[in-house]
Amino acid sequence: MTIDSISGVLGLGVLASPALLLAVLGLAPSVGRPMGEAAIARWTASCVVAGLLSALGVLALMLATGQRHVPVEFGDWVAIPSEHFHFRLKFIFDRLSTPFLILTLVMVGTIGAFADRYLHREPGYGRFFRSFAVFLLGMVVASLAGTIETLFLGWELVGLSSALLVAFFYERAAPVINAQRIWSVYRISDAAFLLAAVALHRVSGEGDFATITGTSPWPEGEAALSPGQALGVGLLLLVAASGKSGLVPFSGWLPRAMEGPTPSSAVFYGALSVHLGTFLLLRASPIIDRSETLGAAVVAVGLASAVFAAIAGRVQADAKSALAFASLTQVGIITAEIGLGLRYIPLIHMIGHACLRTLQLLRAPSLLHDYHQLENAIGGHLPRGEGLADRWLPERARRAICRFGFERGHLDAAIDRFVVGPFLKAFRWCDRMERRWTDLLTGSGSRESDRVPPSSPIGEES
Amino acid sequence: MFGLHVPWLELCILIPAAAAARVATLREPGAARRLSLIASGLALACALAAWQDFARLPSPSSQDRWDPLAPLLGEPLFAVDELTAPLLPMAALICFLTNLATLRAKFRVFSFARSLAAEAILLATLACVRPWGLVVLLAAGAVPPFLELRARRRPTRVFVAHMTLFVALLVAGRALVAGGGAITLGAALLTAALLLRVGIVPVHCWMTDLFEHATFGTALLFVSPMVGVYGMARLVLPVAPPGILEAISIASIITAAYAAGMALVQREARRFFCYLFLSHSSLVLVGMEAATPIGLTGALSLWLSVALALTGFGLTIRSVESRIGRVSLADFHGLDAHVPMLAALFLLTGLASIGFPGTAGFVGLELLVEGASRSSSILEASVVIITALNGLAVMQAFFRIFTGKPNPTSIDLRIRRPERIAVLTLMALILGGGLIPQPGVSSRYRAALELVEARRRHTPADSPSPPGPPPMLAHHPSTTGTPSSLPQARRDERR
Repeated sequence: MTIDSISGVLGLGVLASPALLLAVLGLAPSVGRPMGEAAIARWTASCVVAGLLSALGVLALMLATGQRHVPVEFGDWVAIPSEHFHFRLKFIFDRLSTPFLILTLVMVGTIGAFADRYLHREPGYGRFFRSFAVFLLGMVVASLAGTIETLFLGWELVGLSSALLVAFFYERAAPVINAQRIWSVYRISDAAFLLAAVALHRVSGEGDFATITGTSPWPEGEAALSPGQALGVGLLLLVAASGKSGLVPFSGWLPRAMEGPTPSSAVFYGALSVHLGTFLLLRASPIIDRSETLGAAVVAVGLASAVFAAIAGRVQADAKSALAFASLTQVGIITAEIGLGLRYIPLIHMIGHACLRTLQLLRAPSLLHDYHQLENAIGGHLPRGEGLADRWLPERARRAICRFGFERGHLDAAIDRFVVGPFLKAFRWCDRMERRWTDLLTGSGSRESDRVPPSSPIGEES
Repeated sequence: MFGLHVPWLELCILIPAAAAARVATLREPGAARRLSLIASGLALACALAAWQDFARLPSPSSQDRWDPLAPLLGEPLFAVDELTAPLLPMAALICFLTNLATLRAKFRVFSFARSLAAEAILLATLACVRPWGLVVLLAAGAVPPFLELRARRRPTRVFVAHMTLFVALLVAGRALVAGGGAITLGAALLTAALLLRVGIVPVHCWMTDLFEHATFGTALLFVSPMVGVYGMARLVLPVAPPGILEAISIASIITAAYAAGMALVQREARRFFCYLFLSHSSLVLVGMEAATPIGLTGALSLWLSVALALTGFGLTIRSVESRIGRVSLADFHGLDAHVPMLAALFLLTGLASIGFPGTAGFVGLELLVEGASRSSSILEASVVIITALNGLAVMQAFFRIFTGKPNPTSIDLRIRRPERIAVLTLMALILGGGLIPQPGVSSRYRAALELVEARRRHTPADSPSPPGPPPMLAHHPSTTGTPSSLPQARRDERR
């Protein structure tokens, strides 16, 4: 058995594990045999461990042989050769994907074990783990994607599971409304990604990263695009990454996402999902290298997000929102690092940040308890030192900044006022005009649906 | 043209037609349902058999070997080809599942006899290869919904006004094209008629009106197989000059965007579904009018996936309606607690309709975007944005219907066995088509080549405008597929 075939088998193991988990958890209730908590936990643990062992096996092989680029190809998933249309299923293990994959599997395994206890006897236990399996599959596919279409496939799965888990507490209106909002931002992000993928196809002929970003192993590839093409495609990718990672101007959804259960908040918005945008930028880094303007735009978006989140995070009234903005601060800095042309530092920053933030988010429900313990130990309140802003900024400026942070930069309000509001107003007007027209043709009230009563009051938080 | 080994086409049309006549005489709704299920199941089996029989024959088109109508008309009326081979089973399946998922509570409202008659007309429409026969059948298709509206004492004026105009334009257009004198004017009239039938803005209000007043099942059966798109492919695409195709493309993309926006502001589930469907069927038309093999393949793939996915989506809403009545989208119903399987199907079919990865719609949408990108960047961006809007609408409706505080109920709302069978069948098709898409795409590519070739045959060789995409919509050198290479490509694909 050759090294390549062993890598292929291990790579298949990495991909098959989450796919099997999703198939089992998804099919069981469909055929009328829902699984119990213990079985779900066992399946989750087994599949994650199997995936992790396979990933570690690939890593060991890479280290032993010195290979920095191990492709695992499944050929064309769909192809129309005479039209030059190919959808290839190709996955790669390299210095970017392998650490991110192992981080994914470790985090998902840890959070899965945590959630097993945290959600014990919760009515939505099975639903949580089904969405969790979708997320795991999406993350694994996105991490290892060797073509832009495959990355898009994983990207969409992550977005769906994220929205479903934010809305996890179905009985309350606020999580559901926030999930809708998050889904909206994700759809914008997905649209930008899809346009970028098609544009890449057009300019380079295919979606294989080996062609788009050069055949050298990451991060040494050179994109075969002109600076103008790189700028166009790169800006679309930046929009996609901004939506997924909550960068400015899409930052409003990140604190809303904290409505989900703590384990999902930790793994999505502390560790993995929030870094998927920066992962995309790292994967596409040879494209960023081709255009200085694009690099500057990436730095600007990253720094703006970091500054905004640092301000907003300091005035949050709840621990999870404060942690969400703290997370965004670091993601903004990582983005700026990528724009500045760094490659390994953002990768290490990402992994370290993911681990720290996950721990903090998991401890968030016990924060008051921890504070009490600390205060009891020192015999008084925790000291609060004077910050730089207190010393250097006048009172009025501090108040303005505080208000800016408290209103979360008015980002959501601006989107509501300038995008959502006019959109709804325009289409409601069209709806009224249609009603008039059909009433005129009918000669009386034409809509039976007007008489459909709401069956229950809208949620108290809407 | 080769003959099918058994007259599957006649059988799949005559069985529901004969059963409709018998069911109309039955007074007991349970017996009517049983008979209609058997008849629509047999029609589905015949349609599947016709597809399989056709797939084994080396001909691009096959007719029934014993066609009783052929001696009367002088030529065969029905045939199966690359385009219709999977459309017939799809239409039969839609009818079968609609009958199957009709719960006892709806027996007295939903007419099984009319449903079977509509199925017979629908299958005949899809199998018909004679233009005048198609015109007659397209016109006849409007009769069952009209009869239902009248029987239920609901307003018929909107529907009748639109359908009368549709039939008049269709007949006039076909007469002009058949006369050969004013083909462009004839094509324009045919286009206007079929755009009306598809529901293109601003002549779409008959569709919302039908969903308002007819039973959900009847409205679903009337729109979901997209016979308007089929008529466009058969009657307009071969003869229309590039200018008309361009106009159709623009009208379709505007309709798709408008309907996607309207779906987001609806406060009632039927109207929401209607606009969502309209948006998707318009997207299919966008790909059809690109008239390039890749765009057509995307449109034909999307046609199948959208028809299946939105039928499942509609049947889910219908199942919800049969439990709680007409569904308001102004509040949260919390139905996931009562019917989690319907929630799963709703989500799956909704996601399939917007081309979510892993579902049957994904590759179709990718192909459509690819085809649109080869035509124009604006078209490509519009398709992507419209799909994003449709995704928002689907998720919004899902949250409204299935999340929220569950209302206490004294009756058992759980899913019934027929509904479970329908759900699992659709799930298997949607996921199967999503995970193994190559056979479906190859089949649709062959059909696309047939359509391109049909268009080439109808366009004079010395025509200043070559067949394929209209000039303003095509600039990519590899999009059109050189006409001379098409038969070879088709043979390669079939192999």
